[in-house]
Amino acid sequence: MTTTDTSFPAGCEPMDTGDNLLEVRNLRVRFRLDRENTFEAVKGVSFDVPQNATIALVGESGSGKSVSALAVMGLLPAENAIVEPGSAIAFDGRELLALTVGQRRALCGREMSMIFQEPMSSLNPVFTVGYQIVEVLRLHKGFSTKAARARAIELLEEVGIPEPATRIDYYPNQLSGGQQQRVMIAMAIACEPKLLIADEPTTALDVTIQKQIIELLKALQQRHRMSVLFITHDLALVAEMADRVIVMRHGEVQEQGDTQQVFLRPQHPYTRALLECRPPLDARPHHLPVIDDAMRGDGSTAIVLAERSRGYVDDERPLLVVKNLSKSFYSREGLFGKKEFKAVKDVSFTLPRGKTLGIVGESGSGKTTVGLTLLRLHEATGGQAFFRGKDILAMNSREFHDYKRRLQIVFQNPFASLNPRFTVGQILLEPMRIHNIGADDRERTALCFKWMERVGLQVEAFHRYPHEFSGGQRQRIAIARCLTLHPEVLVCDESVSALDMSVQAQVLNLLQDLQDDFGLSYIFISHDLSVVRYMADRVMVMRDGEVVEMADSDDLYRHPQHPYTQALLAAIPGRQAMA
Amino acid sequence: MFSSSSHFSPGLWTLAWRRLRADRVAMAALVVLLLFVAMLTASMSGWLANDWADEVGVNYAPPSFIGAQADAGSGGEAEPAAAEEPPENPLDPLKDVIRELRMEMGEANVTASAGESVGSEDSYGIADPLQAELAEIRGVQSSAAMHPASARKVTLPFGADKWGHDIIKKTIKGAETSIVVGLVAALVATVLGTLFGALAGYFGGRTDDFFNWFYSIFTSIPYLLLILAVAAVLQQKGVTTIILILGLTGWTGVFRLVRAEYMKHKEREYVLAAGAIGGSHLGRMFIHIFPNISHVALVQMSILAVGFIKSEVILSFLGFGVPVGMVSWGSMLNEAQNELILGKWWQLTAATGAMAVLVTAFSLFTDALRDALDPKLK
Repeated sequence: MTTTDTSFPAGCEPMDTGDNLLEVRNLRVRFRLDRENTFEAVKGVSFDVPQNATIALVGESGSGKSVSALAVMGLLPAENAIVEPGSAIAFDGRELLALTVGQRRALCGREMSMIFQEPMSSLNPVFTVGYQIVEVLRLHKGFSTKAARARAIELLEEVGIPEPATRIDYYPNQLSGGQQQRVMIAMAIACEPKLLIADEPTTALDVTIQKQIIELLKALQQRHRMSVLFITHDLALVAEMADRVIVMRHGEVQEQGDTQQVFLRPQHPYTRALLECRPPLDARPHHLPVIDDAMRGDGSTAIVLAERSRGYVDDERPLLVVKNLSKSFYSREGLFGKKEFKAVKDVSFTLPRGKTLGIVGESGSGKTTVGLTLLRLHEATGGQAFFRGKDILAMNSREFHDYKRRLQIVFQNPFASLNPRFTVGQILLEPMRIHNIGADDRERTALCFKWMERVGLQVEAFHRYPHEFSGGQRQRIAIARCLTLHPEVLVCDESVSALDMSVQAQVLNLLQDLQDDFGLSYIFISHDLSVVRYMADRVMVMRDGEVVEMADSDDLYRHPQHPYTQALLAAIPGRQAMA
Repeated sequence: MFSSSSHFSPGLWTLAWRRLRADRVAMAALVVLLLFVAMLTASMSGWLANDWADEVGVNYAPPSFIGAQADAGSGGEAEPAAAEEPPENPLDPLKDVIRELRMEMGEANVTASAGESVGSEDSYGIADPLQAELAEIRGVQSSAAMHPASARKVTLPFGADKWGHDIIKKTIKGAETSIVVGLVAALVATVLGTLFGALAGYFGGRTDDFFNWFYSIFTSIPYLLLILAVAAVLQQKGVTTIILILGLTGWTGVFRLVRAEYMKHKEREYVLAAGAIGGSHLGRMFIHIFPNISHVALVQMSILAVGFIKSEVILSFLGFGVPVGMVSWGSMLNEAQNELILGKWWQLTAATGAMAVLVTAFSLFTDALRDALDPKLK
């Protein structure tokens, strides 16, 4: 096998147990940005994947984990990606980088295969799922159509698709997201590959489905005695399934070791920071530790973690009272027909000043619609919402205009919620102009600077465009935009879900501080139960537009009453391993 | 906007300009466009080509770089047949001699000045002993009859047309009409299409139904019939009429594209956010969404401008074009149809060449402008 003279930094030696399926040595990948500039995405990465094992490649966005996997598969875009000389990828005794394009393509699918994050965009929508699996078998294994179909049904059964003989003729859109990912897995294992690369296979899925897919991958790995390279941003997710964990950051391996060792005795401060950034389920510190705390210090978490207590107090006068809120969407059917879809059914809750209501649910549960309806970005089809005693849903648009500034929203995707044509200054000035806050633009600009400083943005940002900022900074801009209006209720619709774990902790700390300083009330919508538990005083669990359970957050997490809540809590990744 | 009042702000337009500056092709295209604009201004204010209607050259005077041809000085009358070699009489016993003589004459003609050789041959190409006197008399007669003051030039820098108008001046004057028609009509069509598309796409529902119905009616009528109908209603000939005809019939393509963009963008989070801070519908439509879809409208406008310059030719052909006494590239191309049979290619070349340069520069520039205005492509 390959021998190299690369020396590894302490704690980063690949395991050397002889029988490795894949050996990556000193992998360097550059991307051409334009004629002169290149960007080094992977800077000398070395790791091994042994036979019959699961290896997790963990890192935040930009860490080079996906690029490393694509380099192994030979799927990097040839026109602008350069694998530097000196890199070596040995697979099953063969040096992959020395093979021709045709030889590498023959390996893909037969001996190594890959599944991707978005099953909907990875499956071809115009062919049945059966056809797509049959095609793989015929191409790589030379099966006859009939034999391939029989094998495809077996595969679908193996990955847990109910009634596989019927579902084989379904089109991808007739299957749910979880089932589509199962079909992708069936295609990937169709030729019994020795190596399966799974690139964030569960990130687009709900927590309960995520758990099922992880268990399926684990079972398949053991049954077929293959190796799995599992790529994820979520360290907790791999605690239960991986044999070895490799932590990457900025294109370099920070730490690699046995899962037990990485979780219990992390050597590198970055790994420790990643583990601590995630809101814990058993405690509620005043502030979450962020990466900088861990990276800066001597290694021990320096800040003292005072506990914060959460929960509604009985005698509080509610700021917002929502009664029987419902929302239906209508789609046209034929010429005159209408089809009703009830997105929200009779939802009622109260929100006192300075408190947080968490709304938890999976996709399609109507949690986002509740937020949008309260801000009247969608018009409710029924129910009332009393804000300081006045029904804001019954107001006409002129009356409601004054209330708009009291209810604000921070959206999920900070890349989409800021107008790319506006500078940060324009974004922050616009709401103040609309609501006549500040006497003139001079005064408003002074206010802008104040809010930018408050949310942790540099003053220089004022004249720059949103695309020049990272995700976390953009979310700060979006929060500052809301704050300029002095809102009383802030709806956070999955506001931290698109952010990396370390950035997420920073934004959560910011929201926490703002609540302490200004007495803001939050409606915190998320699919991530650990984040909601950390932020919320009371938690409302939604499913199919209905409230399943509502309780103070500590009670809900310690003694879940409804079976659905119990299932959701059981699906939190890393729950067993971390406890 | 605030950003323009601050001295250190690189605003949208400043950034776009910086990106444009880096693009060499765009800058070359811009220089060409600026030359056209300068030419347009000069000709509109009367400094340039104001005297295009003067018959300065002999008819069909060839371009100077080719040189005068044997027939070129035949006075005021059109003698297209003279350009061809006289037919050979197969029964002529002297035909071999004539051929020989003709060969010699041909060589002599290239060097000889046109005045000496004009009209010097009868239909069999035999030299006339009185040719010099005859030519002098003819020349005096014709210039006395048509242009008492000045003699007509035998060649012009890029030739002349049937009446002896200078082709270069004609092209410059024609550019004025064509560019104004193309750009203004494209602007009218784009504004209409964008407005309708924005309303239909943003509000959806009944408004969308109404505009779609309107659109369907417009597109179901054959294009030429629609043009004839609008022309009949407007009752007048002139540049304004052409602009209105093209503008009022050309908005449909822009409408579909802009409508689709608005439907896509109105659900985007940044538009929802604008709604959440209390932005009005008009503000959301034109302050928030429009800058993000303006590249679609821009590209459509450049395509329309090119198309309308060509449509003006068809309109001229149908008799709805520019009135007599005005010149446009369209009318030049129209004249060129007949000239081409006679081998007079210079008017066609001048009009199409000018059009090709303008259209190419315009397309390249709009492409670059779209890229420069898109902050996501950086």
